[in-house]
Parts: sequence; structure tokens; C-alpha cells
Amino acid sequence: MGRYVARRLLLTIPVLFGASFLIFAMVYALPGDPIRALGGDRPLAPAVVAQLKEQYNLNDPLGVQYLKYLGNLAQGDFGTDFRGRPVLETISQRLPITIKLTVVAIAIEAVIGIIAGVLAGIRRNSFFDNVVLVSTTLVVSIPILVLAFVAQFVFGLKLGLFPISGAQEGWYSFILPGLVLASGSLAYVARLTRTSVAENMRADYVRTARAKGLPNRTVVVRHTLRNSLIPVITFVGADIGTLLGGAIVTESVFNLPGIGRAIFDAVRAQEGAVVVGIVTLMVFFFIFFNLVVDVLYAVLDPRIRYE
Amino acid sequence: MNLSKRRGALVAASITAAMVLSACGGSDDNGGEGGGGSTGGTFSMYIDEPENPLVPGNTTESEGSQVVKSLWTGLIQYGPEGEVEYTGVAESIESEDNVTWTVTLNDGWTFHDGTPVTAQSFVDAWNYTAYSPNAQGASYFFSNIEGYEDLQAPTDEEGNVTGEPAATEMSGLEVVDDTTFTVTLTGPFAQFPVTVGYNAFFPLPESFFEDPQAAGTNPIGNGPFKADSEYVPGTGITLSKYEDYAGENEAQADGVDYKVFTDLNTAYTEVQAGNLDITRDVPPDAITTAADEFGDRFLESPSSQFTYVGFPTYDPRYQDKRVRQALSLAIDREAITDAIFNGTRAPADAAIAPVVDGYREGACEYCEVDVERANQLLDEAGFDRSQPIDLWFNSGAGHDAWMEAIGNQLRENLDLEYQLRGDLDFSQYLPLGDEKGYTGPFRLAWAMDYPSPQNYLEPLYSTAALPPAGSNSSFYSNPEFDELVAQGNQASSNEEAIEFYQQAEDVLLEDMPIIPMFFGLEQAVHSENVDGVFVDVFGQVDTSKVTVNN
Repeated sequence: MGRYVARRLLLTIPVLFGASFLIFAMVYALPGDPIRALGGDRPLAPAVVAQLKEQYNLNDPLGVQYLKYLGNLAQGDFGTDFRGRPVLETISQRLPITIKLTVVAIAIEAVIGIIAGVLAGIRRNSFFDNVVLVSTTLVVSIPILVLAFVAQFVFGLKLGLFPISGAQEGWYSFILPGLVLASGSLAYVARLTRTSVAENMRADYVRTARAKGLPNRTVVVRHTLRNSLIPVITFVGADIGTLLGGAIVTESVFNLPGIGRAIFDAVRAQEGAVVVGIVTLMVFFFIFFNLVVDVLYAVLDPRIRYE
Repeated sequence: MNLSKRRGALVAASITAAMVLSACGGSDDNGGEGGGGSTGGTFSMYIDEPENPLVPGNTTESEGSQVVKSLWTGLIQYGPEGEVEYTGVAESIESEDNVTWTVTLNDGWTFHDGTPVTAQSFVDAWNYTAYSPNAQGASYFFSNIEGYEDLQAPTDEEGNVTGEPAATEMSGLEVVDDTTFTVTLTGPFAQFPVTVGYNAFFPLPESFFEDPQAAGTNPIGNGPFKADSEYVPGTGITLSKYEDYAGENEAQADGVDYKVFTDLNTAYTEVQAGNLDITRDVPPDAITTAADEFGDRFLESPSSQFTYVGFPTYDPRYQDKRVRQALSLAIDREAITDAIFNGTRAPADAAIAPVVDGYREGACEYCEVDVERANQLLDEAGFDRSQPIDLWFNSGAGHDAWMEAIGNQLRENLDLEYQLRGDLDFSQYLPLGDEKGYTGPFRLAWAMDYPSPQNYLEPLYSTAALPPAGSNSSFYSNPEFDELVAQGNQASSNEEAIEFYQQAEDVLLEDMPIIPMFFGLEQAVHSENVDGVFVDVFGQVDTSKVTVNN
């Protein structure tokens, strides 16, 4: 198991290099002149433009730009944005917000999603099952932007239950945005769990367990649920990676200055160093949580072994 | 069996209910503190993320500028109507020949770190901003000061820096003593005192030059408010009243909390809820309801924004001025401002905006709808109506609807087909214009830097402002226009200057290298917690005048 994890972690190194170069190339390929856009209606002085292009190596060909970036990276320098703000500082300021939002959203989607899915799954075609089916279809089909504004208007402004925006009230500020962010995934988790549980309820081992005279509770929790969770864990694990990449819409509406907004702005401004820095981090998260999921498989299903 | 199913459902329902209820409980505990930011004489205000660190010479956009203007006071200040007031650091700015200006400072001004504001503070700051290796966005403001060229690094034809600038200080700036310095311009410019209220001309303390990077997040100015904390990107900055402020316009409130919102709708909702005190902007879809909802706490005032549609005068098709006049005559501006902007913009009837002295109502002869005359002019010019007209604008910035409206009016009134060319992002759109790439009328806008008619003329249409150095994207060049602007710049009195500028405007509006479209209007709302909120012609709130109730 230890060797398997080590090998997987080693494999991330070439992936990170490849990803960072691809991202670098994509930002490089974006049309337009980022420095010209900085000036807006009124062009910057020509010598200032030249200075900025020099400073950010914008006159170099792609390969040279990338090597210079790697060279700086080797010295622990992640570069700066066009405003001279270090990329690391941007990440360290914004990541905690995104992490909190992710934790809340994942907790909501996992707990509510799995409970709803299990209850619906063990009592298929019941009233509750239909409620879950209808409500999840509804939630999945509403764009998150609409959901966010409605939630903010109703629960924030009209009822005053939650702060309208910002992160001033600690974890509490993250509940409403977390709910909105989790809603879509919650629906998927509930449906995945429901199908999986429903299927397993008819499996031979469940019948055997019942025949042995095990109480219903044990049959559902120890046997059915454990086996049913593999697809759910896969989904939730991938979702963690995605959510850590930032949620632009939710962050914007609830004014949480997280990673999503930072990367959106950086791409628009064509700031190579920022985009590469953040996206590489996202790629790493993604790989890492997929590894965690793979390890969890072995925990859930003893038949799966990693040598 | 059915019964037990229902029970299962009830259990699940009560779990969710319990979660919601416990959430309610949490809210009661915290609810009281929600508006806590607005007690004890401080107020909060919306800004969008400033584009640059809070350094005056590198701040050329509205958001950073709003904060910088709370933190700094320049040589002069502008009144609510944009008039020059000697309530800043300068006691006087005088010149005999409009070329060499003597600036005399008042005593007693200090920076927030306690060091005095001297002539040197201004001269050092201006040299720093003008020196091209410092890459300050506002450096071009000093281009009319003697010696500016020596501070620009040499570049080769491809725009690569090839060496160091020849000097680090402009020869035109000279410190006479602690409270006096002289400025020598490259040519006569009577409007010089009007320009120095802009943030590019603010002074900098000695500590700035030791670590400019740090000073961008921990700004030290000489204004009515000082920074309490460092600026946090995405969050904002908290300022408090500077007790040793030497000017007469000292802060009325104890502090201001600038909060960054990436979404204007959210900021607006916070004002509705009373958690935020001021937004200088109202979401477009809330404009119609805001006046009713906020009553006299909804403010609307003219801004300096001027939207125009330029002609590519380098294109043979648009070289005849009768064509340009005709297209302008065929556009019903009022219909567009009513239908598309809900009256949040005013139809433009001049090239010099109403917010500056020198604006004349109806100065633009060809800005009234006159379809018959338009058709006649188009025929006289022999314009080929079979070819569609390309209408250019940058994407993703809300210009689609009104540019399309222009196209429809041209089709209806002049029987012209049109094609929308609105796919380019700003970063592609602007360079295309610099390279004479527009194949038809194109949208651009301008917001003034200082309240002078000159600022609406010279940077936009003079030969000296041809791209890439300036914003004359029409590539309009008329010696008569240049000469009249120059005469205005040299005039001995403001009245005389305005006369020349107006003559230049007349020349411009006969040649019509641009179609004046709209003048901006600024909307703001504020909470019941504050009074004295006023949006000035720059679209900014003078935070020193805001008072906090309770």
C-alpha cells in the first residue's frame, strides 16, 4: 500500500510539468495584448509598455518564457501578477476561503445526499423516494446563478437568517453559499446512492445476511451501504478536487474572495504566472484527492488491494 | 407497509428541519452584529477591486482612485462642479508666461507617518512616476514637463527596452526651498493648475521610495483619512480619520471601511439590507426601482463619461466628412438612451461634456436627427449603399444592444445594411485600432482626468495624440484644430482659453471624425446611516464630507 501511494505521488511530477506547460502555452496563445489593455481608453506611455513587457518577458518566445518561469520557480519564486503582487501571496490569501467553502459544501452534499439516497433506495417508489426524485431533478435543472441569487434574496435579505455576503462571520458565513454550491452535487450524490443501494438491496449477499437473521439496521448499514458507497466516493472525491479549483459564480454572488475569482481575473488579464501557479495547484489537488479515493476503495472493499 | 414508508419520510424531513432550525438559532446570535461596521462614526463603502497597488502615480482607474483620494490631498482640490479650489497643499500656482510655474506650498502639512510634506515630496514623486523603469501607469501626465523624454528608456523598433533612461530627474522640476518649487513645461499651457488635482500629481513620503512595493499595500498619504490596516485584495481596506490633517476639508466621519465586491448586485443587496452604507453604482436592472425604493437616498448626477463612435478616417469610405455627418444625423440618440439605458445616460449634443466649463448645449449641429438631410449628404458624397457597414465594439462589456440599435436606425433611415463586429476582447480590440484595423465606425469612451475642455479635445483628436502614443483612434489630423487647441493652451485667462477650445470644438464637430453619442450619468444609493453623500463629476464620493448619523 505504501509503495503504491509513493508511486502514485511520484507520477504526479511529470503530470504537473506537463499541465503547467500546457497552461502556459494556452495563456501564451490567447490573442490580444495584455499590456495594451492595462491602459484602457488611454494608452500607457510607450516606454512604460516596453518596461512592462521586459519585466514579464512578454517579448520572448513561448519556450524561453516557460524556461524563465521554471528557473524562477526553482528558486522558490512563483512570479507576480502585472500589479507586482506575488502569486504566492494571492494564493495564500484566497485559498483558505476556498477551502472553507469546499469543506462546507462537501459536508452538506455528502451527509444530506447519502442520507436521502439511502432512505430513497431502501424504500423504492415510496413517497419519500418520489420527493427525492422530483426535488433533485428540479435542483439539477436550475442554473447555480439563479439559485444563488434567489437564496441570497430569500434567506439573506428577506428572512435575514444568513449574512448576505462576505466571510466576516466565520464558518457561519459559508453555510448559505455552501448549500448553493453543494446543491447540484447533492442531487447527484442522492441519486447515485439511491440507485446503488436499491441495486445492492436485491443482491445475494444481502439476502444471505437477512437469512442469517441479522437485524435490518446491520444489513443496511454494514452490508448494503458499505458496498454502495464506492461510486459515491468516486464522485465526491472528484468533486473535492473541482471545488478546490474555485467556484466563480458562488464566490462572486456571495462576495467570497476565493481562488475561482482570482483565476477568472488572471485569465482575462492574460497573466501567465498567476494562471499557471493556481492551475498547477488545482491539478495537484485533483490528483491528490483521486489518490485518496483510490485508497478509500480498499478500505470499503477488502477485495481491492494495491501492491 | 405504506405507513412505515411515510414514517421514513417524516424522519428525513425532520432531520432537514432540525438542520434549518439550528441554522436559524445561529443567525439570531450573529444577526445583531451584522450591521456592526456602521456604528461609532464610521461608514462602509463599496468598491470594485482596484487594478493596481494603492500608489497614486499608478492608479488610473476609478476604484483605486476612490481610495487614493481618501488617503491623499493634492496641490489643489476640485469642488463639486469640478471647479479649482485652493484648499489643498498649494498656497498658489502662478506663472507669467504659462511655461514656468511657481508652486508655493502651505505650511503645516504632514504625511500620516508624521513627516512633513515639502516641495521635495512632490518633485520626488513626480520624477518617480515619470521614470519609465518604474512602469507607472500615469507617467504620461508628465510628458509636457521639460526633461520628461530623458526619463524614458530607449526602445528598439519592436518595443524592446535597449538601455537605461538618460536621467532620473526631470530638468523642468526644481526645488527652490521647502515650500517652493518650479515647473518648466515644454510649451505654454494655461490649464496647468487645473491638472494638478489629479492623483498622478500627489506627493509621496520618503518612506515610499525605500520600499514602493510595501507602500502599495500600506499606503501613507497626506489626506483626510489614513490607512489602519494593509490593503487585502478581494476584501478591502479600513481607513480612519487623520487627526493632524492640515487642510480645511477634514474628515467628518471617524473612519471609512472600503469593502471590495466583485458583484455589484451583491453590494446593492447589502445596502438594501442596511449592512453597507454607500455604493457609487446601481445595477442596471435595479435603476428603475431604486428611485422609489431609496427616495432621496438615491442620487443621480452627471459624470464625465463621454461615449462616442469613431470613424476610421484612414478608410477611403469614411474620408468624406459628409458621410460622417450623414451617419450622425441618422442616429436618434434619445431613443437609445430611453429604450436601452432607461435614462441612465444623456444624449450627447457636444464634444465637450456638460461637467466642464465651456460646454455649450447643442454645440453639435449634426447630433440632431434629420433623416432627409442625412440622405441628401450621403447622395452628395456618392456613398455606396450596397456595401454593409461594419460596426465595431469590444465584447462582453454590454455594448451589443446599443450598437445594434444604431445599426437598425441606419438601416431604417439610410437604407444601409450593417454587420456587428463585437467579438474582440478589450485586449485585442484596442491594439487593432492602434494598427488602423477598424473597417467601420467603432465604439470608444472617455472619462476626464481633470476638469478642462482641453482634456476632451487634445488627448482624443490632436495630431500629437495619434496612436500608439495617444487615444486618437480615428487618426484625425487637422492643423486648424491643433492650432486652436494650442492657442487655448497659451491663453492668458480661462475665459479666453475656453473661447479657443470652443472654436476647436466647432472645427471638430464640422469634420465629425467621431459621432458624439452619450454623456454619462452617475447613480448611487446610500443607507440611512450616512448623510452628505455626493458623487462628483469624476464619479467619486468625497469621503471627507460624509457624515454618520447616530
